[in-house]
Amino acid sequence: MPDPTIEILDPGALTTVQDLGRPGHAHLGVPRSGALDEPALRLANRLVGNEESAAVLETTLTGVSFRATQAGRLAVTGAACTIRVAQRSVAWGAAVPVPAGAVVEVGAAALGLRSYVALAGGVAVVPVLGSRSTDLLSGLGPPPLRTGDVLPLGAPGPAPSAAEVVRRTPERVLRLDLGPRADWFTEEALDLLDGGVYTVGAASNRIGLRLAGPVLARRRDAELATEPMVLGAVQVPPNGQPVVFLHDHPTTGGYPVIGVVRSVDLAVCAQARPGDHLTLRVLDG
Amino acid sequence: MELRRVGEHGLLVVCPDAAAVRAAYAELRARADELGAVEVVPAARTVLLDGLADAAATQAALTGWEPEPGAENRSGDLVEIPTRYDGPDLDEVARQWETTTADVVRTHQATEFVVAFCGFAPGFAYCTGLPETLSVRRKEAPRASVPAGSVALAAEYTSVYPSSSPGGWQLIGRTDLALWDPAAGTPALLMPGTRVRFTDA
Repeated sequence: MPDPTIEILDPGALTTVQDLGRPGHAHLGVPRSGALDEPALRLANRLVGNEESAAVLETTLTGVSFRATQAGRLAVTGAACTIRVAQRSVAWGAAVPVPAGAVVEVGAAALGLRSYVALAGGVAVVPVLGSRSTDLLSGLGPPPLRTGDVLPLGAPGPAPSAAEVVRRTPERVLRLDLGPRADWFTEEALDLLDGGVYTVGAASNRIGLRLAGPVLARRRDAELATEPMVLGAVQVPPNGQPVVFLHDHPTTGGYPVIGVVRSVDLAVCAQARPGDHLTLRVLDG
Repeated sequence: MELRRVGEHGLLVVCPDAAAVRAAYAELRARADELGAVEVVPAARTVLLDGLADAAATQAALTGWEPEPGAENRSGDLVEIPTRYDGPDLDEVARQWETTTADVVRTHQATEFVVAFCGFAPGFAYCTGLPETLSVRRKEAPRASVPAGSVALAAEYTSVYPSSSPGGWQLIGRTDLALWDPAAGTPALLMPGTRVRFTDA
């Protein structure tokens, strides 16, 4: 029997292959990359019986459709959406069987932005620096999927026996720890930051979440010497409108970081749509 | 060294100058496992420890710490980069340095550079060694595409574009050497601490 594959019929606006990324190479200028909504990636993999670190498909707003060459199973998590397998509606957030040759249609996100499609066995493209993730900043990993692309799948393991409760309340709050350069900003800016309501900008992507709202003014005009950047860093360029660095962020940057978003709230960033309002909260201590 | 927390898992070591960054990086890189750091990332005046399981404990462990004197001179490998000095901006750099193009090449080849940090793109190394007086202004409008292997100058740094990308650095030459190979055991030819000399191709 030939190795199992899927053939992409329609990649939607943007569908990429994602796993847990390639941390450990930032000193070479390599972004960490990986699924923006990490809990959704892990959950989708658990549902189909994969290792949590297996590679899945990450969609953006409009879903994806593909044909499976062999029988298998899949689970969709992250942004809620309709899913059809061989023209029949199936459940979101659950392992569902896929017959050989079936067309799978993952619909547009009804709530949130990015859905995660795990296939039993995982997407088995060749890893680069230990990861199969597409890095949109540096071009590492497989390019964004196109119609006609054929992706190999790994050998599926046994189906998991235990069911999982899949529920997430979409909170619209980003909690952050101040620093490392909060002292570059005025007291007023720090006051505005805590409780500030920001609108998600249309130019947001896997590299950064662009926010529009209260202007965060600096008290220093000096230019910051290029500094290493972390996931969740809230960088403030001269226009005072913050950018939250997401998984494909550059490893260094030249604007001061006023605070860093807590890792538990990165999934909120992953699922925020352009036009959504998010409240920033500064944590004490 | 001043320590600043960076979120839950990061610690930023703030250094007085580039030599202190080299010293701090050399020592922290060697101690990465002991400190529990997934990433040790140098930049112009700082070194980041990231992926720390317990950032407060690492901060406590490093409070009052100074790198060993001379750690910045702990020599990295020396990489020679055979270069053809036929870049489109060689004349512009000569103008900025108020000298001849031949003298630009002589100075560039006479300098032993050290990679201070990487950034911008995988394997893109910011090499220091030129005096501050020879700082180079970037191009006013960046090029849409700079070919891989372009040898370039900007601010106090020299670098080689590891892959084709947009870029605003002044291009003085090119090399056929592969700077970046993600399939290799060491994907980047130039890493923080690597010593670099440019030679005739």
